[in-house]
Amino acid sequence: MSTAEKTEGPPDILTEWIGAKKSYRYSEDLLLYHEISQFIYREARLQDPHDYDGWEALWSDDALYWVPANGADTDPESRMSMIYDNRSRLALRVRQLKTGRRHSQTPPSQLARVISNLELLEAKGEEIRVACNVQIFETNLRGDVMWGARNEYHLRRVSGALKIAYKKVVLVNNNKAIWTLSFLL
Amino acid sequence: MDGTFENRWDRLIRPGMVHGSLYSDEEIFREEVEKIWFRTWVYIGHESEVPDINDFVTKTLGPMPVLMVRDRHGEIQLLLNRCPHRGNAVCVQEKGNRARFTCPYHSWTFANSGELINYAFPEGYQGVDKSKLGLGKVTRVERYRGFVFGSMAAEGPTLKEHLGGAIRTIDQLCNNSPTGEVEISAGFLRHRTRANWKFILENECDGYHPAFVHSSIFSVSDSAIGDLYGDKALAVTRAFGNGHTEVDPRPEFRNCDVPMSWFGTTAARLPEYTRQMIETYGDTRAREIMIDGTPHVMIFPNLFIAEIQIFVIQPVSAGESIQHCTAIQFKGAPDINRRLRQQTMGSVGPAGFLLADDTEMYERNQRGLEIREPEYLFLKRGEHRERRDEDGYLIGHSTDDLPSREIWKHYRAIMEAEV
Repeated sequence: MSTAEKTEGPPDILTEWIGAKKSYRYSEDLLLYHEISQFIYREARLQDPHDYDGWEALWSDDALYWVPANGADTDPESRMSMIYDNRSRLALRVRQLKTGRRHSQTPPSQLARVISNLELLEAKGEEIRVACNVQIFETNLRGDVMWGARNEYHLRRVSGALKIAYKKVVLVNNNKAIWTLSFLL
Repeated sequence: MDGTFENRWDRLIRPGMVHGSLYSDEEIFREEVEKIWFRTWVYIGHESEVPDINDFVTKTLGPMPVLMVRDRHGEIQLLLNRCPHRGNAVCVQEKGNRARFTCPYHSWTFANSGELINYAFPEGYQGVDKSKLGLGKVTRVERYRGFVFGSMAAEGPTLKEHLGGAIRTIDQLCNNSPTGEVEISAGFLRHRTRANWKFILENECDGYHPAFVHSSIFSVSDSAIGDLYGDKALAVTRAFGNGHTEVDPRPEFRNCDVPMSWFGTTAARLPEYTRQMIETYGDTRAREIMIDGTPHVMIFPNLFIAEIQIFVIQPVSAGESIQHCTAIQFKGAPDINRRLRQQTMGSVGPAGFLLADDTEMYERNQRGLEIREPEYLFLKRGEHRERRDEDGYLIGHSTDDLPSREIWKHYRAIMEAEV
């Protein structure tokens, strides 16, 4: 055991919450920006009414779907995450929802989400990396909840169509006790 | 209330029936805080959460936050985060490493063992005995195999007396680690629910619900958990006294006689773990441990060891609670630890395949109590088939209400006791 103090000073909550600094790109390719924003709006449009098959079809075969807990850049290979799904677990999540006996989604949450602040992180090469913010209003049997998150996507062209290879959802309050969250984020 | 002369507890807790107000009445909740949470032994945290000198982490004792600290002498301290001066918080950091805590309001500074070291402008305090102005502490602190418990009562049973027969389950858990030690190191998922803490407490060893509440995930995955809670299952429920209850599936696993089947896998798929287990315990004993698996035990009032994860139940108010959950890690066993985390992340927390639906049930139960009739909840399932095991503990079928009945028996005893 070390006797030296590891840290002193104020809690570094911002580092934990914001995570590593990202570099954003100004997009001069308006068509690409338009294509990406339309794709992400389409995902939202499938999610709100719980179009599970439509949503699942957006993902690549090797996809990773990650909702960390207790910070933005935690190590999902050593720390607990709210969701850390590889492609087969994501499919399992969808299959469970489709049974109609996923009680926390029976009746399904009524949702409306707003996507904004869409910016490109990287648009060269194979993967297009995108950041955006989302606010989701949920109402269910318990009551109303407002969710807020910063999302990051890695999109990839597969046979001409955009697919989600990676989606990370950093809930703003992921270091607090939160209500059940069983709709698709 | 009719029957004015009837004892209050006779009215609230009847044989096999409990009154709905026990889950919803704020006055009863306040009484529970005093008589249960601030008297009995309550699980706080695990030593491995503060591995180094000066490490600290914020935990809770009932509705109250507590700083679990490894002080500069290596001792575990449970400090109350309230400056004795004006009540401010001396620490707002969730966890970290500090030798001292300084209140931001008037700069009173405390050692991480609680003593007041100094205050600002000390000439203003003539004749004041600093030694009487330390941070409050949880009155008694005891540990068992790394699990740290606290009690606000100066006197009472020791932790071992309180745990009683449930000690076997903690030993059983730790024995599944090749080093004999478990670690709580993956961080917690915190799941808020609009339900009374006792709905959670009772659900943990309720083997009647999984076939229905979790049928969605059982039907789409190859999970064998469902079979443990069928009508024909060999698994039993057991009450250890003092409110501790378990579902014991070992008869089922022993019948099946395949190591690691408790974890839905085989020894061959965890070669390194299996090698370590045999090295530590020898072939025969390692095989026994790996057949029996880890326990499913609810240690009253707030520590649920659920095979591969722990849940810590925090009461917030009569109608609100928080479940803190994380994967158990076996010290020095990385290959099984990854699977323990992966399975835990799938099952529990706000988005978990299992816990999202359990929690939905708690909330519906809670709302149901607003409906006036019938006033009582019905807990008589399996009353006719309760029996004693070879150690004298009451056991029942895995789907029986025995755990609930025994929890309420203990609950009544402590709520009725004069403080």
